[in-house]
Order: sequence, then structure tokens, then C-alpha cells
Amino acid sequence: MKVMVRFFASLKEQLGKDAEEIEVPAAIGTVAALRAHLVKRGGDWQAVFAEKKLVRAAVNQEMAQPGAAIKAGDEIAFFPPVTGG
Amino acid sequence: MKISVQREDFDLTTEVDSIRKNNPRVGAVASFVGQVRDVSMTLEHYPGMTETSIGKIIEEAQGRWQVMDCVVIHRYGELQPADQIVLVAVASAHRGDAFAACEFIMDYLKTQAPFWKKEHGPQGARWVEARASDDDAAERWQDPARKAG
Repeated sequence: MKVMVRFFASLKEQLGKDAEEIEVPAAIGTVAALRAHLVKRGGDWQAVFAEKKLVRAAVNQEMAQPGAAIKAGDEIAFFPPVTGG
Repeated sequence: MKISVQREDFDLTTEVDSIRKNNPRVGAVASFVGQVRDVSMTLEHYPGMTETSIGKIIEEAQGRWQVMDCVVIHRYGELQPADQIVLVAVASAHRGDAFAACEFIMDYLKTQAPFWKKEHGPQGARWVEARASDDDAAERWQDPARKAG
């Protein structure tokens, strides 16, 4: 299935891109599974998404926990903890 | 109710007037202005999600306190020391609701709204790291004792 993945702040800089439409196996049904899938790309991806890194996510522009479900066509964003205000 | 995510500066008096002047039932306006401390910075945000998340925070505040009207403005882009970054202003009949709702909205903005600060200090640029104390500030509102009766 295809999902749109977006990156913000330090993640965007480290990966050198702000968005990518990716094809993932249908078995990848959660934010955590997608993250693990991205780690497997190695290199910068592994560095950014390694398990111990504090990465937050949103699904269709709503804050999402690692266990949140994802489906084809979703927009999933990854970013560091927010620092506004 | 006004939510604005903008590059431009804002004027406190204009914004406060917009939520109090035409409503004689308002008895209190509490406002908070955040400004850039020490070093210049660039603020990035997630267009679309930012406005939605601020809207949800305001809804949550309305469920807890009497919020007759409110304004939330958050700037993004390049900002210099002493520039205003954020404004939260809440109008209510009484000060208790106005103070509490204003502080609540500000605390939740810090942990829920998708903004990221990059500071440009003497040692170069660096992304500001989130502070645990901000999470604590937002979490204390989950204590039922703090909720409005």
C-alpha cells in the first residue's frame, strides 16, 4: 500500500527531504511498524529512526501513539518532540 | 474565536479589544505573550495540523472553563531576540476562568502544537530540545482536582 510520509525539523534535515510517498507491505499496520520499516533502510534512516531516538508521529495531522493504525493513503508525519510556545 | 499562525507580528491591544470591546458580558481578559529570549531563531511548523491542534486545545479549554472568546496567535519563520512569538488571550465573565483557560491553552500549546525552534547562537544553529518540565506543566491539568467544577 502507498502512504505519504512527512518529516519535520531535525528529521527533515538529517534525511534531506520533507516528504516521500512510499510503498509499504500491507502487513505494516501501525506507526511503530512503519518506523521499524524505515529503520531497515539503513544509513541516515537508521540513525534517525533507531529505537532509542525520541521521535513523535502524527497520522492524518493528528498526534498518534506508536500503536496507532495506518492504512493506504494516510499521511504519516515524523518529527522530534515539539518546542513551540 | 481566532486562531492564526503567521509570520507577521501582532498587536496585543488590538487582539484583546477584539474579544472584549463588543461584549459587555465580558468581565475579565487574561492574556499571555511569549517573546524570543537571548538568541535569534527560526520557527518551523506543520501547516494544517498546527491550526487543527490549536483548535482542539481551545475546545478542551471550553469544556473546562467559561471561555466567551479567545485569540491564539503563533508566529513562525525568522525571529529576533525580544520579538513576540505567541499570544493567548481569553475573555470570560470572571478572572478565575480567564486565568485558568489562558494558562491551560499555553501549557498545551507547548506540548501538543507542532512547532519546532531552531536557535542561531554563537556556536551555530541547533534545534531546541523539548523540556520535561513542559510535559509536567501540561500533565498537571490531568489531575481531576485542577479541573473546574
